[in-house]
Amino acid sequence: MTEEIIIAGFGGQGVLSMGKILAYSGIMQDQEVSWMPAYGPEMRGGTANVTVIISDERISSPTLTAYDTAIILNQQSMDKFEHSVKPGGVLLYDPNGIIHPPTRTDITIYKIEGAKLAAEMGNTKIFNMIVLGGYMKVKPIVKLENVIKGLKKSLPERYHKLIPLNEDAITMGMKNVIEN
Amino acid sequence: MAEITLQDIIKPENLVYQKTKLMTDKTLSYCPGCGHGTAHRLIMEVIEELGKENDTIGVAPVGCSVLAYEFMNVDMQEAAHGRAPAVATAIKRLWPGKVVFSYQGDGDLAAIGTAETIHACNRGERIVMVFINNGIYGMTGGQMAPTTLPNMKTATSPYGRDIDMMGNPLKMTELVSYLPGTYFVTRQAVHTPAAVRKAKRALRMAFQNQIDGKPGVSFVEIVSNCNSGWKMEPVQANTWMEENMFPFYQLGDIKVDGKLIDR
Amino acid sequence: MGELRLMKGNEALAEAAIRAGVDGYFGYPITPQSEVIEYLMSEKPHERTGMVVLQAESEVASINMLYGGGGTGKKVMTSSSSPGISLMQEGLSYLAGAEIPCVVANVVRGGPGLGDIQPAQSDYFQSVKGGGHGDYRLFVIAPASVQEMSDFVPLAFDVAFKYRIPSLIVSDGLIGQMMEKVELFDPIPRLTDEEVIARYPWATNGKPKGKERRILTSLDLDPHKMERHNWALQEKYKLIEENETRFELIGCDDAEYIIVAYGSSSRIAQKSIQLARKKGIKVGLLRLITLWPFPKKPIEEFVKNGIKGFLTVEMSAGQMIEDVKLVVEGRAKVEHFGRYGGVIHSPEEVLEALEQKLIGG
Repeated sequence: MTEEIIIAGFGGQGVLSMGKILAYSGIMQDQEVSWMPAYGPEMRGGTANVTVIISDERISSPTLTAYDTAIILNQQSMDKFEHSVKPGGVLLYDPNGIIHPPTRTDITIYKIEGAKLAAEMGNTKIFNMIVLGGYMKVKPIVKLENVIKGLKKSLPERYHKLIPLNEDAITMGMKNVIEN
Repeated sequence: MAEITLQDIIKPENLVYQKTKLMTDKTLSYCPGCGHGTAHRLIMEVIEELGKENDTIGVAPVGCSVLAYEFMNVDMQEAAHGRAPAVATAIKRLWPGKVVFSYQGDGDLAAIGTAETIHACNRGERIVMVFINNGIYGMTGGQMAPTTLPNMKTATSPYGRDIDMMGNPLKMTELVSYLPGTYFVTRQAVHTPAAVRKAKRALRMAFQNQIDGKPGVSFVEIVSNCNSGWKMEPVQANTWMEENMFPFYQLGDIKVDGKLIDR
Repeated sequence: MGELRLMKGNEALAEAAIRAGVDGYFGYPITPQSEVIEYLMSEKPHERTGMVVLQAESEVASINMLYGGGGTGKKVMTSSSSPGISLMQEGLSYLAGAEIPCVVANVVRGGPGLGDIQPAQSDYFQSVKGGGHGDYRLFVIAPASVQEMSDFVPLAFDVAFKYRIPSLIVSDGLIGQMMEKVELFDPIPRLTDEEVIARYPWATNGKPKGKERRILTSLDLDPHKMERHNWALQEKYKLIEENETRFELIGCDDAEYIIVAYGSSSRIAQKSIQLARKKGIKVGLLRLITLWPFPKKPIEEFVKNGIKGFLTVEMSAGQMIEDVKLVVEGRAKVEHFGRYGGVIHSPEEVLEALEQKLIGG
């Protein structure tokens, strides 16, 4: 099994940290992982993206042009990455701020109202965890228990009290992801 | 009266001066009349007197004193041009209990190595920096130094240093005295017995500061001659130095125990 | 099994420095490797192991701090990125001349000049052909993963001290900025001052009682003596070529074509090979682990066994290809492909180059 993912959106949406949690979860279930962010001028205009690969085998290229899954959180990223999803792959997006929804028919498209749900839960910071929950539902590659383990490992001790909230957000995402 | 022979005179009880064993027996490569040899000897005497022969690491520069390590009988490193303060910084940081000194000329310390000099001084490295200022590049054949006096003739200022064109001489020692990381800053000479005694006292204070763990650099400038580069006889060079160098590069302590001296 | 962590290449390098028992790190910030000194400062290594970490005033100062510290027998290290490494070339020449061990890491970015801050491999010539003045070599090793950013630190020190040679770890912005799973090695204790003194009699850390003083210099004004010094250096380099060459062969058993690559390009090339194999193209990868000494033997073997051609893949205009050609000596086709100036080639582009330049060409 090899899962090649691009997560793309605005800086501040927790794109890079979502990728990091995903990668950590992969480690927790004994898999190989890589996390390669766009850095420098690629990030101009406030966009952020990260390539995450989870695999049972040694990972070759950490940078890719085609992905099994694209998690898309703003219009710029939709424009850039919709056509980078491999045929038969998955595109998961938050419709908030998306003017031109995806049009491809050779991939499966899912929607998650991450921003809206986060606002309803009263904490915009858990937005990325809701989206992560949506991803975990449609691509059950990392197990929830390993995500929690990964969170414990990657978060400083003083933030461990926030883990239950993160877990709630993931559950919320899992429940609310819908096929387009 | 019996004739006195040399054998009768060479006796321990008649000994008035002995070369420190921390100077090697190698013949000095310096020109006759040059101050480097005396400066070397004073440093080595001080290290011997302080009992630090086995705990000292010296850093030699590029310039006339590039071969200082041939003459100084302690562990020595030969640094790239201007980099001695960086080299000495790391040695002292990694061996805080050892005595570390750098020895540099004016081209090395005040031109190509200005950044390393300023920052080692500003960080307050607990090292001794010895700075020999003779206002000229001796090794490469008498070119203009950052410390060359106005109107002074050198191979690259053959009609005299033109301030408008070539800029001003740099008083590095005053400059570093204003940095909070220097603990002791002084300017000395080694051309007369009296000057030598003073210079040695200054060097002893510098090394004692380091041994006592005083915070900051002890910086000793020695204004010296370069009769070859200045194209003078040795005695003439000393006179010229007194009349021209000393008024511009005033001798004496500039900063003692971390406090600037009112001059 | 050691501790598992998800780390950036730069962080792994820094953590490895602490665990390798490094005595002093001297550095100056530059993108894309500033995480190295940031990580070190935040980890308080002076408390963990007693390691000294100092932010120098420039790369020129950092490399000369390595000269001073390494010259006393301590384990010293610095890291930088291309423009900073250029500034260090003078110091590296002196370190090589005075035979002072140390480790330098270059997280390469696009050039020439200020270039950009994206990954590149265009410092190959500088790394393996000298860089500074004079006849000298560095032990040059190229990690291709975050794991190797960690593992190669103690290895680079072992070689550096064994042969009294500066070691250069050459990675790039991709490996520096990427996070992967790392199994951290168990900490190696720092040597005590007494151990350093006993182990390295050449080091200048205070003249031993009753013994001769030590001098570390790269100068000898007598050309005949300097020639003898150079002969000794060349003998040493020959020994390193015999003992320390490292490479990896991936899928080469039935290969008709070989991609030669190192570092991040070798990772990308592995993907290209997977894509090629799906199309029935028999291609394997020779991954260079040491760039100097250059792995000549496997290339010689491929040529002898009638390989159809080599494609060197490098994020440069074609530098490493020259060393491949020196071994091949016209006996097989050798082509280069690479994006550069900070652009990373895609696995598909590499495959296309393989098909067009070697197979179809």
